Amino acid sequence: MHHMNGAELTIALLERQGITTISGIPGGTNLPLYTALSHSKRIRHVLARHEQGAGFIAQGMARSTGQAAVCFATSGPGATNLLTAIADAKLDSTPIVCITGQVHSDMIGTDAFQEVDIYGMSIPITKHNFQVRSAAELLEVIPQAFELALSGRPGPVLVDIPKDVQTEILEFADWPVPGQATAIAPCNARALENAARMIAAAKRPILYLGGGVVSADAGDAACTLAENNDIPMVTTMMALGAIRSDHPLNLGMFGMHGSKKTNLLMQEADLLIVAGARFDDRATGKIAEFCPQANVIHIDIDASEIHKLRSAHIGVLGDVGEALTRLNDQLPQQSRPEWIDQAKEARRDTSTVVALTGKDQIRPFELIRDIAKHVGEQAFIATDVGQHQMWTAQHYPFCRSRHWLTSGGLGTMGFGLPTAIGAALANPDNPVVCFSGDGSFLMNIQELATLAQEQLNVKIILLDNQALGLVRQQQSLFYDNRLFASEFANAIDFVAIAKGFGIKAVSLKTNNDSMLAYTLRQPGPCLIHVPIDRREMVFPMVPPGAANTTMLEGECHACA
Amino acid sequence: MPVPDTRRETVLELRVNNHPGVMSHVVGLFARRRYNVEAILCLPVDDGAQSDIWLLVNESDRLSQIISQVEKLADVRTVVRHAEDSCLFAGLRQQMYGGGELKESA
Ligand SMILES: Cc1ncc(C[n+]2csc(CCOP(=O)(O)OP(=O)(O)O)c2C)c(N)n1
Ligand SMILES: [Mg+2]
Repeated sequence: MHHMNGAELTIALLERQGITTISGIPGGTNLPLYTALSHSKRIRHVLARHEQGAGFIAQGMARSTGQAAVCFATSGPGATNLLTAIADAKLDSTPIVCITGQVHSDMIGTDAFQEVDIYGMSIPITKHNFQVRSAAELLEVIPQAFELALSGRPGPVLVDIPKDVQTEILEFADWPVPGQATAIAPCNARALENAARMIAAAKRPILYLGGGVVSADAGDAACTLAENNDIPMVTTMMALGAIRSDHPLNLGMFGMHGSKKTNLLMQEADLLIVAGARFDDRATGKIAEFCPQANVIHIDIDASEIHKLRSAHIGVLGDVGEALTRLNDQLPQQSRPEWIDQAKEARRDTSTVVALTGKDQIRPFELIRDIAKHVGEQAFIATDVGQHQMWTAQHYPFCRSRHWLTSGGLGTMGFGLPTAIGAALANPDNPVVCFSGDGSFLMNIQELATLAQEQLNVKIILLDNQALGLVRQQQSLFYDNRLFASEFANAIDFVAIAKGFGIKAVSLKTNNDSMLAYTLRQPGPCLIHVPIDRREMVFPMVPPGAANTTMLEGECHACA
Repeated sequence: MPVPDTRRETVLELRVNNHPGVMSHVVGLFARRRYNVEAILCLPVDDGAQSDIWLLVNESDRLSQIISQVEKLADVRTVVRHAEDSCLFAGLRQQMYGGGELKESA
């Protein structure tokens, strides 16, 4: 018989799940868990400085590996601080297991100190959640939490454990089997046959790849389908990295800040093969006018996505990788020379290469390309949210699945730094670059302390325009240039602040490639502060609510 | 006079795991996806380990989307969509209000 308390059992079950790192912050109601964790020889605790940071650190581990990652928070404010990171994980289908302390069971419902109904609050933003009622229940709940987080379309799971459950002594005979992703039912053969026929009959097909292709590791299968059948590929922001950006059939990102020629070419498609994507409005623009002539084959693991926003002529429910592989087996090679010529022309799009400033000054798109050159293909790229994120999405030469870490569905400022920390913890041999903005960076800047403590190889590129740039851009384009609450009046000395946290920091005021290369090569964390012109904009841009054919374009001053 | 609702009604029958949070999982989903639940009935079955929930809802073209969202809930075992209110809610109304409008008791 095994004999232990609920907290020790929880830690043992996490060890048996293969968890090696947990981020979190202790407090009154999770102290038994922390005491048990302090005895663990297999799990390392990373002390975050804010629970939202802990949540995003877990996301960084999960997004970069595809494995479920764990974070801890205490009840009340600790738990509510996690919520944004959980909502973010839900919208981007990221498997995290959040374990919160809760007040003693007898005090639940009495407005006890640091009691909040985190169970109720997290229902809308988790894939599933639990409140544990006895230590014995942990034997089921913990494996189930992992199974749910990882199975089918991944997502966040919250487990709320009252303090008395953590201290309750339990005797039990057998360990449960660790939770893992359940097997996925094979795709319907008839649907695949119909899809193959529809593809063979199409004249202007496009393969539309979403984040599900990353989750399913289906990039290679997508490329094979494209190559064998002369089908150009386009990606959502979430699918960047699923296929190499230099693949000759990759037309890059489409949508609000996608390339113009790609958006326009899509309008001509007679067939969309949508793989692991969900017709998000940032991608489709005004959906009634999105690819109006196209038939739709929609492949997704989540049945509720098929027909949700655009009805599909053929729905294929199942694993995207399996579906694409089986399509490849069925389809003979086919060439579509004219369509491919048009697609290759779209690849020569330069609508994203814009800058106000001249060549002698630092221009965001060039800086991003230079950094990619210096850090190489091994690097993980995290971003915050804003113009800097869009420039990175447009210009970084992505080439690997799971190396692009960005907040897509929720668009959460503050995502970048803690997520980069999580990626670095899970991938200690790879460099991690975090592109951040001066607004976003302030939202989780306290995690610089975590970074300093862990001494991880994270390089922060802070594009400082002294503005909430993307908001400023919208005001200047769509609100009569009425700039309000989108510019920061006071400059912040980010270099001094980083140094105050014990992080090396430099300011890059002019183009200096050798200094950039040198700084990026140094081991350990570093902040590279880059002042840029606040009038720089992200172009092209589809105005919110407009069709993807309506694109505002910028001018480039002496762009190559 | 309230305008009589001419929309077709449908009854959804759910078999769910029975625990204190399951009702909020189910009804919260309808609220979040702005789909009105007209009437609701819930009874424990299987010695209380599971419950059956009947939901009276109006037909709309969004109903199948809502159903596929309900099917994703981890606590929902099965969802059956009945073509019409097979006298379950009508009978209940009859029982409680004698067929007429709800009479306010003094
Ligand atoms: C938590 C949060 N609050 C507000 C917003 C709205 N918002 C989107 S982009 C943006 C500005 C971001 O500024 P910064 O991080 O400096 O990036 P920049 O656009 O200047 O590159 C704001 C306020 C958001 N996405 N997230
Ligand atoms: Mg900014």
